[in-house]
Order: sequence, then structure tokens, then C-alpha cells
Amino acid sequence: MTIRRKAFIAGAYEHPGRELPDRSIAQIHAEVALGALSDAGLTLADVDGYFTGGDAPGLGGLAMADYLGLSVRYMDSSDMGGSVYLSHVGHAAAAIATGKCSVALITLGGRPRTTALRAPGQLMGAPPEAAFEPVFGMNVSAVYALAAARHIHEYGTTSEQLAEIKVAASFHAQHNERALLRKVVTVEDVVNSPMVSSPLHRLDCCVVTDGGGALVLVNEDIAKSLDRHCIAVLGHGEAIEHTKGGWQDVTVTGGVRSGRDAFEEAGVSRSDIDYVGLYDSFTITVLLALEDLGFCDKGEGGKFVLGGTLQAPFGKLPFNTDGGSLCNNHPANRGGMTKMIEAVRQLRGEAHAAVQVPDCEIALAHGTGGWLSTRMGNATVILSREDV
Amino acid sequence: MTTGAGLPAPIPEVQPETAAFWEATSRGVLLVQRCTACSTSVWYPRFLCSNCHSGELEQVEASGRGTVYSFTLTARGILEYKDCGPYVLALVELEEGPKMLTNIVECDPEMLAIGQPVQVVFHDTGAGSALPRFRPAV
Repeated sequence: MTIRRKAFIAGAYEHPGRELPDRSIAQIHAEVALGALSDAGLTLADVDGYFTGGDAPGLGGLAMADYLGLSVRYMDSSDMGGSVYLSHVGHAAAAIATGKCSVALITLGGRPRTTALRAPGQLMGAPPEAAFEPVFGMNVSAVYALAAARHIHEYGTTSEQLAEIKVAASFHAQHNERALLRKVVTVEDVVNSPMVSSPLHRLDCCVVTDGGGALVLVNEDIAKSLDRHCIAVLGHGEAIEHTKGGWQDVTVTGGVRSGRDAFEEAGVSRSDIDYVGLYDSFTITVLLALEDLGFCDKGEGGKFVLGGTLQAPFGKLPFNTDGGSLCNNHPANRGGMTKMIEAVRQLRGEAHAAVQVPDCEIALAHGTGGWLSTRMGNATVILSREDV
Repeated sequence: MTTGAGLPAPIPEVQPETAAFWEATSRGVLLVQRCTACSTSVWYPRFLCSNCHSGELEQVEASGRGTVYSFTLTARGILEYKDCGPYVLALVELEEGPKMLTNIVECDPEMLAIGQPVQVVFHDTGAGSALPRFRPAV
């Protein structure tokens, strides 16, 4: 049993807004749902499977299904942080492969730029670690910094190497008129920007934006009936990593396992990948993903990104051609959705001409949600441009 | 620059399974759970062993010594830490094995290094508990 070539992405839509103080979060979900369905040539009435994160308003997906008027026979509001939409792609593909639904809608919406800050991970009440982490001033940039500091200590990685990741993202973002940050930056700009949590500088960190995104997956029969270029899901893997009772290695993510499983299911190898969408909450997140997905050896990520490796269209492994979360957007503080959307654009040949990867056939999208150093959800999806 | 003097000491939410831990901190004692089935020491305190899932955990008085596994100087925190100035968040590897998230205090962050020996200190929350933080060992 496999999801290989059983489900196809028919619609993808990224919310154009970056500051949306005048909309409810539910409305943002609705707008992106309509956008993705319109892209597919489908309507809300066609949807019978619904997927959203645990941060959606209401109990699971119930309130949003009501708000959207969905007739849903399969729903999944599981959460593992910002990567969960990649996980949802795998879940939706599995549901489609087994006939549990035929049109799956995945939505994301949020307004972190225009609403007050909440404690990390405490959207739904205090989790068990609350008494042992926030009391010490745990914050998102700091726990990512702990992983970066340890990686530097163990492998000799440098701030300049991490900065190359931001530089590549900014080269792509200059072509995206909607990107929050379109200015091309240099390694010097990154390492001279203010230190947020050592060794991470401000320009090692992603942007904070409102917005959202959505995807639509359909079964093969519907994909054949649609005029739109549908993208085949070849494989998916996911893995949760956590502190293991205090025995964690902060230089390793769940990408080791989610990547292994996705490649195995897809039946492709690292060298087959033409484009990667890597959740870039911080530069270190990308570096660890490159290592853990097997594009280079553990500890070699810093050397791997040198020399324009990640820059489209001619780098060895072009990434995040919309500018990623480092430059473009980070809707709801969750970067998995937009990694999928840009991967779909690349495979459809609809990325910006300046960053379109020539003959882009196989793409990988990967997310690290939650927090490095403590607990994270990793998900990997491999896609093919082959239509049906 | 020395950090840690003006750090807030937020009151932890005490649960039944963590009451013994927090009570001990008020006496200047750091307890670490140790699994009697697989001998693994576990951080943070919980109902079952995260290694073998046994419920047979004993409370062991930790030495209070450890080493810096990783650390970061955060320029500005959030919530209670929003206005306290820069501070060091760290993972300290306890002598008993597990790593815990904590702060390094009474130190010049510029002089801190991964691998450096540290010693626990307790900062009273004023609510029957104290936060276990660490300072460089002398």
C-alpha cells in the first residue's frame, strides 16, 4: 500500500496580504480556500476532506467546516507546528488513496503581525514543559540559537556560512513583488545585523507576516477531468523529535527519518531532486534540513551552501525561490504551506521567470515545525510534475 | 558585562507530579528522576520514563554540577523577560546525564564556553519554589 501517484495537487493559493488587521482568521481561511479551489477549477461544494492546523479557530476543524459550509467525510486537524501542512499533504494523499475522500482541502490562516504575542506552544493551554522552559525565558529564536551554537561547536560551522542561506533567499525575493523583504543582502549585511540570540542575527531570522495559503488534492479520476496541470505526490514521511527526557542531540532533526521515508516511498534519490522548499524559520533550520535529508553529510552543511548552491536557477540545489520565510512571508508563524505552494509553482513552470528552475521535474518540500533543541514536527513531501 | 542579576523569577505552575520537585527547590535541592527499570535519568520530572515507559521513577538528589552543552545570549526576551535586558539561555548537561533548559547567571557571557563546568544556584520565586539556574563553577 502506498500513496505513490494516488493523489494530485490541483490547486494552490497564497494569500496576497502581509498585514490583515481587518479580517478575522476564519475569513483568511475562507479566502485561501476559495483561492486554491478556484485555481483547481473546483468549488467548496466539491470538498469532502478538510485539513487544518490545531491553531484554527474553534475545536479542531469543526468551526471552520461550519463557517465554510463544507460537507466533510474526512477531517484532520492534527498539529505539529508550522510543518503540519506538509504532514497534511501526506495524510490527504493517504485518505485519497484509500478512498476516504476525493477532494481534500488544506487551509492555513493567521494574523501574528497584527495581533498580540502569545507564549510559544500555548495556544490551547499550558503543556507539561511549561514550568520548565518559559520560566527561564525560553523563546523561539533562543532555542534555535542553541542548536546553531552547538552545531558551530561540533562542526566548525560559521556565521558566514549560515548567512549564505539568507543571501540566496534574498536573491530570489527581489523578483517577488509581494515579498516583505525584497532587498538583496550580502553575507556582511547578515553578520553585521543586530544579534537576536547569539549566534543568530536578525537577518538569520524569518519575517513575521499575516497571510495564509491552501492546497487542494484530488483523486486520479478528478485530476484527469480537470484542465489544470496537476502535480503528483510521490511520497511523504514525517517524524516527531523531542528532548528524549533530556538526552537530545540538538544538531539532529526529525528530517533524518521523515526524509528517509519520503525518499523510500517516492522511489527517487537525492540526485533526482531539481528543487527544494525548505522551511526556513531561521538559517540554521535550513542547514540542518540539508544535512538530515541527506543532501550532504552531517556537519558539512556550512560548506555545502557556499558558492551559490541554493540559488536559482543554476545552483546545484535551488531552494525557496519565492524568497521563503526568510524574505517573503511566514503566515501564522507557520512556513510549511508556502514551501509546498512554491514547489507546485516550480513543477508547473509557473515560478517567476528569473528563478524558474529549467526542466523542473521532481521537487521536495520539507518542514521543521515547533522548536529545535526541544520538540519539533518534521514532514517531507516529494512531488513530480507528471500530470495525468 | 555580567548577566543574570536582574532576571525575573516567574512562578512555575506546579502539578501533582512535579510538587516534590518544586518543594525541594525551595530547600536548595535539585531532584532528578531516575528510572529504576532502565537506570535512565529523566528531565523534566514526569509520570513515566521517557526511555522505557516504566512508571517506576525514583527521586535522586542531583549533585548540582554540570557542563554547558549549548548557550545563547538573547538580546530581548518575551513575556516576563521582555524588559529584563540580555540574558543567557542554556542547555546544561547535568552530571547525572540529562540536559535541562536553564539560565547561566553571575557570568560574563563573552567568557562563557560550551563544555564549561557550572554549579546550580536557586532563585526564589516567592511562592514556595525556586528556579534552578547555574553559574560558572569555581
